[in-house]
Amino acid sequence: MAQRVLEFLQRERPLALAETGSHVGDEIAVVHREHLVEVLTLLRDHEQMRMNMLSDLTVVDYLGQTPRFEVVYQLYSIPHKHRLRVKVLVDETPGECWVPTATGLWYAANWAEREAWDLYGVRFEGHPDLRRILMYEEFVGHPLRKDYPQNGRQPLIRRPDAPPTDDQTTRLMPDSHDRRVS
Amino acid sequence: MSAPTTLPSARPVAHTIAETYDHRGRQAGEMPLSPSMQQFADEAERLPTDELILNMGPSHPAMHGTVRCVLRVDGETIKDADVQIGYLHRGFEKESEAATYTQIFPYVDRLNYVSPMLNNVGFAMAVEKLLGITAQIPERAEYIRVIVGELARVADHLTCLSAAISELGGLTVFFWGNRAREHVWELLEDVSGARMTHSYCRIGGVAWDLTRDFDEKCRGKIAKIRGLVVDIRKLVERNRIFLDRMEGVGCISAHDAISYGFTGPCLRACGVAYDVRKDHPYSVYDHFDFDVPIADGGDNLARYLVRIEEMEQSLRIVEQALVQIPPGAVIVDDPLIALPAKREVYNSIEGMIAHFKHIMDGLVVPAGEAYSFTEGGNGELGFYIVADGTGRPYKNRCRPPCFYITAALRQMILGANLADVVPIFGSINMIGGECDR
Amino acid sequence: MTESSASYVPTLLQDAVNWAQKYSLFTYPFATACCAMEFMSTMGPRYDIARFGAEFPRFSPRQADLLIVIGTITERQAPVLRRVYDQMPDPKWVMAFGVCASTGGFYQNYTVTPGADQVIPVDVYVPGCPPRPEQVLDGLMTLQRRIQEHRGNCQQDIGNTAAIGYTDRRKLPVLQDGTSMTLLPDERLPQDGRVR
Repeated sequence: MAQRVLEFLQRERPLALAETGSHVGDEIAVVHREHLVEVLTLLRDHEQMRMNMLSDLTVVDYLGQTPRFEVVYQLYSIPHKHRLRVKVLVDETPGECWVPTATGLWYAANWAEREAWDLYGVRFEGHPDLRRILMYEEFVGHPLRKDYPQNGRQPLIRRPDAPPTDDQTTRLMPDSHDRRVS
Repeated sequence: MSAPTTLPSARPVAHTIAETYDHRGRQAGEMPLSPSMQQFADEAERLPTDELILNMGPSHPAMHGTVRCVLRVDGETIKDADVQIGYLHRGFEKESEAATYTQIFPYVDRLNYVSPMLNNVGFAMAVEKLLGITAQIPERAEYIRVIVGELARVADHLTCLSAAISELGGLTVFFWGNRAREHVWELLEDVSGARMTHSYCRIGGVAWDLTRDFDEKCRGKIAKIRGLVVDIRKLVERNRIFLDRMEGVGCISAHDAISYGFTGPCLRACGVAYDVRKDHPYSVYDHFDFDVPIADGGDNLARYLVRIEEMEQSLRIVEQALVQIPPGAVIVDDPLIALPAKREVYNSIEGMIAHFKHIMDGLVVPAGEAYSFTEGGNGELGFYIVADGTGRPYKNRCRPPCFYITAALRQMILGANLADVVPIFGSINMIGGECDR
Repeated sequence: MTESSASYVPTLLQDAVNWAQKYSLFTYPFATACCAMEFMSTMGPRYDIARFGAEFPRFSPRQADLLIVIGTITERQAPVLRRVYDQMPDPKWVMAFGVCASTGGFYQNYTVTPGADQVIPVDVYVPGCPPRPEQVLDGLMTLQRRIQEHRGNCQQDIGNTAAIGYTDRRKLPVLQDGTSMTLLPDERLPQDGRVR
């Protein structure tokens, strides 16, 4: 459906693209991190593209693969009604776990990037106010990473005799078919 | 013949409001103060004032969501605001990763909990897109999804308006809106068994068929809902207090709204004509004749008007769907996707095994990813699902429409009065379950 | 019911006071999630909670005596709940509205507190997801019966009624920043003098 977007990108910025593809009707472009802002600006401003809405920004954690994280931008154009999914692959090592911010392009990126930082730990360089948004400041870790236990509660308020970090739910029997708890 | 008497001329009326102020900045008709009181008033004007940091805490009377605003106010004007969400973050994505696709329906219900059916439909469509069975869903199931979805949208807008107007002080509207919402919930309870949080959809269709008397009951209820909405409009739309508090308050321009990622009624209230049902028709929405209301101004009043009118359009869609709905199956016929019928489960080995595998392992979705979007109560409700070939999703991301709208709340309340925060927050319909997931 | 240290001798006056209290509950709806919609319904014209005398939501905890915990309590919200509870004057009762407030519901993850009773003492648990308004009214009537019999509350166990001293309050969890009202007065402020 948005094949023309992919063709446009392949024509204009072939070096920025690592990969393009389409799956069940969604067009996907994987972009190198150093060309990300350039590609996003082009997509927003060019009159054939006019992707004026950042529909969604999220991160997918492929634990065990290198690079581990995939930052996913869903872009939409209200005038032209086409969509594109832009991805950037990011590794988990602390020096590499960053992506340039898109707050200069869309206001929506402000909170969306804060949420991605909060839940996955991917930094957004240049973000004016990168702090936690869904979890509280005292929380340690990034809960939606695959290696963070589902029940890893860090209560702010606990009974005086309770240990500081503890999941107080019952553990399931080893071969129970109910959901996994780490 | 007497000479025409001249009437004493009336005092000349000022032509502009500015002319009614005297040189001291006081309006005509204000009582002049005595010299000592005037001196007191002059000194008060020269007093140094401080800004106050005020906390509109996470527990507050506004009935929409639990959000914390830390406000820096100068008198009554808001100079700066920090909107903090996350007090209802319930770990939807983490829970989804441990649940089968059918088990996720209750979680999805509790995202936008005032219009749960719309979330059900959105999630089901995302999984069906990954499975590739979007074209094979029976038409009756599609019509049922539209009917219950639009009824849920009516309930959503009724909740938003009744809460927002009751926060202004119009408690009558709260009761009338609640009564209308009870009508909707009665219908949905007949169909699904629960008044809210129905979990009625399944992958491939809906769980079971409509009740036999749904048609006439629905028509009766629609008439009652229309009557109550008309009553609410009569009470509110010419009310001086309502108009003064809603008109011109909480304005946002169309450009800013698009840049913030607004969708839904809040975007249509800024004049931008984007509705997923019209621009990217899904399900059977292209079979219906309905309008999408657009308002100008981007203020609270525009959002109110768009929601009121959308309710009427949703009821129109439901009426047309009740006429057009065909008989037939309500879920796709594939045993790998839908549970087999109970008589097969109890009377045949194949049915029992299929049922067992379905419940235990979940329906297997081939590896891949999809982003599917529908028109939720607040806007473009998207689900981005990454599947890994098992019965549980690898990632299940909900694109929450009111998260992006709440991001703009700070901009909308800067410069406004303290008392305007509540109507603005009420009119954007931030649902905590969806914003924080 | 565990034995409380003081004995309770019912008198006609005490019965009258209990009767007045149970039929004039001022609620503090601590609404967070979906159950708030059912609470709105319970307050609405159809399942009228005003018949039971509890129609007056007081949005200041200082003026309320029934804290209704409506909806999921997340870890981030738990200190807020504790603080609101502490600000309520005695006698006070707590109703956990919904299964998320009772036990955490079907959320079993890093962010949901498994029940409001992890942080405050609860008198009545109303299960349901969300509970039907009739269920809520049943819970309210249960609470009213308990108030009448002055078995009202685990408040009594921990010594929170006006008639009994409050040394047993220390069994409750406390806020880490030292401002919790369950501490004794001279322990209440943090040692460095700064109140957050």
